[in-house]
Amino acid sequence: MSEFPSRAKCVVIGAGIVGNCLVGHLSKLGWTDMVLIDKGPLPNPGGSTGHASNFIFPTDHNKEMALLTLASQQQYIEHGMNNTSGGIEVARTPERMEEFNRRMTSAKAWGIDAKLLTPAEIKELVPFINEKILLGGFYTPSVSVVDSLQTGTLMRESALKAGHLQVFANTEVLDLETKNGQISAVVTNKGRIEAEYVVIACGVWSPRIAKMAGANIPLTPAVHQMADVGPIDVLQKTNAEVAFPIIRDMDTFCYERQSTGSMEVGSYAHRAIFMHPDDIPSNEASALSPTELPLTMDDFDPQMEQAIELMEMLGDAEIKYAINGLLSLTPDAMPVLGETVEVKNLWSAAAVWIKEGPGIAQLVAEWMTYGYPHLCDPHSSDISRFYPHEKTEHHIYARCDEHFNKTYGIVHPREQWASQRNMRRSPFYPREEALGATFFDARGWERPQWFASNAKLVDKFPAVCAPREHEWDARWWSPITNAEHMQMRESVGMVDLTAFNEFDFEGPGVVNFLQYVCVNNVDVPVGRSVYTPLLTPGGGFRGDLTIMRLGQEHFRVITGAFDGGRDKYWFKKYMPTDGSVTFTDMSQALCTIGVWGPNAEKTMAKATQTIDAEGKLIPFDVSQANFPYGSVRDVLIDGVPATMFRISYVGENGWEVYTRMEHGLRMWDTIAEAGKEFDIIPVGMGVYAVTGRIEKGYRLMGAELESEYTPVEAGLARPKVKSADFIGKAAYMKAREEKPAAIMCTLEILDHTSKSGIKRYPTGGNEPILTKTGERIVDAKGRVSRVTTAGMGPSLGKYLLLAYLTPEHAVEGNELRVMYMNELFPVKVARVGSQPLFDPTDARMKS
Amino acid sequence: MNILVCVKRVPAPGARINITEDGQAVDTAFLGFTVSPHEECAVEQAVQLVEKHGGEVTVLTLGPAEAEEQLRTAVSVGAAKAVLVPITESDWDPQRTAQAIASVITDLENANGKFDLVLFGNESADSCGYQVGIRVALKLGRPMVNGAKGLDIEGTIAKVRRESDAGQEIYMLPMPSAVGVKEGINLPRYPTMKGRLASKKVDVTRTESTGSVGGLKMIQLQRPPERVSNTQILGTGPEAASAVVDLLEELGVFK
Repeated sequence: MSEFPSRAKCVVIGAGIVGNCLVGHLSKLGWTDMVLIDKGPLPNPGGSTGHASNFIFPTDHNKEMALLTLASQQQYIEHGMNNTSGGIEVARTPERMEEFNRRMTSAKAWGIDAKLLTPAEIKELVPFINEKILLGGFYTPSVSVVDSLQTGTLMRESALKAGHLQVFANTEVLDLETKNGQISAVVTNKGRIEAEYVVIACGVWSPRIAKMAGANIPLTPAVHQMADVGPIDVLQKTNAEVAFPIIRDMDTFCYERQSTGSMEVGSYAHRAIFMHPDDIPSNEASALSPTELPLTMDDFDPQMEQAIELMEMLGDAEIKYAINGLLSLTPDAMPVLGETVEVKNLWSAAAVWIKEGPGIAQLVAEWMTYGYPHLCDPHSSDISRFYPHEKTEHHIYARCDEHFNKTYGIVHPREQWASQRNMRRSPFYPREEALGATFFDARGWERPQWFASNAKLVDKFPAVCAPREHEWDARWWSPITNAEHMQMRESVGMVDLTAFNEFDFEGPGVVNFLQYVCVNNVDVPVGRSVYTPLLTPGGGFRGDLTIMRLGQEHFRVITGAFDGGRDKYWFKKYMPTDGSVTFTDMSQALCTIGVWGPNAEKTMAKATQTIDAEGKLIPFDVSQANFPYGSVRDVLIDGVPATMFRISYVGENGWEVYTRMEHGLRMWDTIAEAGKEFDIIPVGMGVYAVTGRIEKGYRLMGAELESEYTPVEAGLARPKVKSADFIGKAAYMKAREEKPAAIMCTLEILDHTSKSGIKRYPTGGNEPILTKTGERIVDAKGRVSRVTTAGMGPSLGKYLLLAYLTPEHAVEGNELRVMYMNELFPVKVARVGSQPLFDPTDARMKS
Repeated sequence: MNILVCVKRVPAPGARINITEDGQAVDTAFLGFTVSPHEECAVEQAVQLVEKHGGEVTVLTLGPAEAEEQLRTAVSVGAAKAVLVPITESDWDPQRTAQAIASVITDLENANGKFDLVLFGNESADSCGYQVGIRVALKLGRPMVNGAKGLDIEGTIAKVRRESDAGQEIYMLPMPSAVGVKEGINLPRYPTMKGRLASKKVDVTRTESTGSVGGLKMIQLQRPPERVSNTQILGTGPEAASAVVDLLEELGVFK
C-alpha cells in the first residue's frame, strides 16, 4: 500500500456507488491527482450501497431523474453488471391503473419500452403471483438488477490503473479545514491531506462530514425495511440471480425481488423512521453493518400480510435476513449535488440511490470539470436550491415524514405539501386569506393560486370557465383562474409577487461583473432595465431574470421563488473578491404587487404621488410618455416609498410595484381602493405563472429554459451580441451560427376528447409530442420533444402547450399528436419561436 | 410430550461492544436483541422433538417486559405457549433467577402436569454464568446434563450425547429431566412470515415470581484492552505464493 499522501488535487470521501464512479469519471475527464478514502473496509465499506436491493425501474415522471437513471443503467450495461429481469408494477386499485397510463406516457417520452398487462398476462410471467387481487400491471422489459459494488470497484480500479488515484480504506475523516472560505485540507486518522477540491459522497453520513467544514447537506438517514425470505423451491430451481420479473406492489408500497433462491421483500409503507448521522453506529459496533440495523418487526408486520396475500409461497419461507436499512432522504426527495454554498470547492454528491448513481457521478464530474454538467440540467438536484429554513433538521424531518410513503405513491404534478406550511408569508397574507385564497407553496412562500372571492366571475366568463370533467385534470386547479385571467385582461388585477428574490449589487466594479454573468448588455441608463438569460459555460440556460439599474453603481436583480437560491449562488460565485462589488439580499426586505390590465394605468394614476421641485406632493405621471415600458421610477403610494417597474409577464400594461415589507399592507389597501371603481380583483399565480404567461409564450426557467437548450433554440437570442465577454459567450456565438436542432413552439390542442368521451387536459408533465403516426420526435442532439408547460389560453379560447420541436416539425399549422394518459390527442403548431399568440405586437403592454 | 425451554433476552452486538458511561450496562441504543445461540438451538431441539413425538413446547423467560419479543420469536419457530416472568431490573443474579424460575415451573406443573423436559442453553450469552439451568434442576430435583450435542427420546428416557476430548459421552436420563443444550446440536430454523404473524396472536402469560438475592453482584463492566493484531501482507497474486509456502512450512503445516 502506498504511503498516505500529504497533498492531492482532489479528495473524494466515500467509496460507495457515487464516490467510486465519481473518481472513475473524473479520471476520464483528466483529473490525475486524486485520493479516495472511506472509513470502512473495501469493497463494502458499510454504507447504503452495501445493502441496496440494486434494481432499476427506469421510468420516472421527472426528466432529470429519468435521464440520470437511463444514463446509469447504460453504464451498468457497459460494465457488464446489468442483469435484465424485467419488472412489473402491479395495481390493486383503479387509481393505480390510471397512474399506469401516466407511466406509459412517461415511458414513451424517455423511449423506454413498456406495456400494460392484464392480470392473466402478469400470471404468465410470474406464475406464483395471486393475480385475483390485481387489476393489471405496468411491464418494463428493461428493468434490471445491477451489481453496484462491483461496478463501483471497476470504476475505482480504472482510475487506479490510470495512475490518477490512490485509495485508502479504513480511513476516517476527523476534520475538514477551510481557508478564506475555501476547502483546504482533510484531516483523517491516517494523516492530513491538503486538497484543492473535496467531494462528500458519504451518503447517510454526508451532513456530519459537511458540518466539519461549516457546510450544510440537508438530508436525513431514514429506514427502508427489507427482509430476505427463503429458500423457495420455484426460485431455487431457476438457478439464477434473478429469473422472474421484479414485482412492485405499488398500492402496498412494497416490492418482491428474487435474489437467487429467495425473495427480497422491501417496504416503503412503514412509518418514517429517521436516525441522526451522528448516531449511526461504527463498523465495529454494528451487528451487520452501520446501515443495516435490526429490523423493527412491528413496523414490518402489515407488509408481510400483504406480501403473503400477493404471493402465498412467501408465508412459509424463512426470514433469513431482515434489516432496517438506512438510506438518504431529502426534504424534496431529490439528490443534493454541486458545490456547497458555504465552502468553495467543497462538493456534495449525496442522497443518491443505486439506480441513478453512476449517472450522477458523471454529472458531478462534468460539473467539476466544465463548470456545469453536460448530461442534463441539474436544477432539481442542485444543492444551492435550498433556502435557509429548508436546511433545518426540523424541516427535513417534517418533509421527509410527509413524502416517505409517497415513494411508490401517485403524486400529482401540482401536488402541494401539507407540512411546513406558513413558513413565509407576504404582508398581504391577511387580505388574501380574507379573500378566500387557495395558497400554493413556493419554497416556503404561501402564494395565492386563486381567490374564492372571484368565484362569481366564473359565471361572467362561462365560455372559458367550464369545469374539467376528469378529477385528475381538475386536481389542484380551479376554473376561477380562467375567470381571473379574463377579468384582468378586461380591466385590472393585482398579483402578490412577494416571493420574488431581489439581489442588490453595488460598487465601482458592478457593471463589469454583471456584464460577465449576463448575456445581454446591462450597461443601460439609470432607471432602465434588462431582461437577460444567464448562460452556463456551455451556452445553455443557467438563469433567466430581469435587472433594474437603480443607480450608476447600483443594480437590482429580480428572480423567481424557485430560482433564488441557485441564482444567488451563481452570482456570488463569480463576484469579484477585491471588494469592488457588494451584495445585499433584499428578498426579505421587499414585497411586491403586480398591477396589470387595461385599467392598471388609471388605477396607479390615482394611487401614486411624487414630490415636486418645490417640495409639494403632486400626482405622479404614470403615462407611457413619462414612464415607458422597461423603466423604473420611485414614487409615493399614500406616503409609502415604492419603486415601480413597468414590465409584464402576463402581457398587459402595468407594473411590478415594490416597497418594504412593513409598508406592504398599506400599499395593498391603497391600490385596492384606487382600483375599486375599475372592479380590480386579486389575481392568483394560476394566471401569472400559467394562463397569462402561456398566451404570451413567455418561457420559464426550469421548464422551457434549461441548460440543455440555448437562447437561439428558445427564441430568446437578440439580434446583436454585446462586445463584453460573458459566461458562455463562445458557445453562444457558435449556436448563433448554427441551425438550431430544436425550436421552442407553442401548440394548441385541436380535440380534447378521449376514447371514453371525456375531455382531457394535459397537466404539463413531460407529455411527449409525437408525429401523427405516434413516433417520438428526437432532435439531432438526442433531446426529445415533450410538453414543458401546458395551460389554458382563456383569451384565445385554446388550450396551449409549449414544446421544443425539430425544425422539420416546427412549422406553423403542422399537425402532430400529444400523448396524455396513454392516449393520443391531435395538436397543431400554432407558433414557432417567441412571438406571442396573444397580442403579437405587444400593443397592450405599451399603450 | 411437554417441553419447557428457558431463554434470556440479550443484546445482539457487533464486533465491538459499547458500554454505557456509568459502566453498568451494554449500550444498546442501536442494537437489536436476541437469545444466545445455545438457547436458539434448545428451542429448535424442542420443536423438532415435538414434531416427532407430539406434544407442545412452552417457552419461558425471566426479564424485562421487552423480553416478550424473544418469546414471540420462539413462538414464530414453533413454540406453542409463552410465559414471561417480569422483572424491573435489567438482570437478576443466578441464584435468584433460578429460584424464581423453579417456583414458576412448579406452579405451571401443578396446574398442567409435569414437563417431560426442561431445556436451557448451555450458558447465557451476556453473563455466561453456567448456573441457572443446574440450579433450577436441583430445586426441582431432576437429573440434568449440560453441554448436550445430541438429544433423543427413547420411551421414557432422554438420551443425551455430549462431546469430550476422549470421545462421546452418552447419558440416559429418566424423564422428567433437564438438559443444557449446546450450539451445534442442530441448525435452528428462521421464523417464517406466517410464523411471525401467528406469534403476534399468542397470549403471553405473565407470572410474577421472585427469590432471595444471591451472592453474585455486578460491580462494573469493563472492556478488556483491545488486542492489536499486526497484519503483514505477504504479496499479491502469484508472486505471493513462495512467501506463503515459506510461512506454512515455518508454522509446521507442511511436514
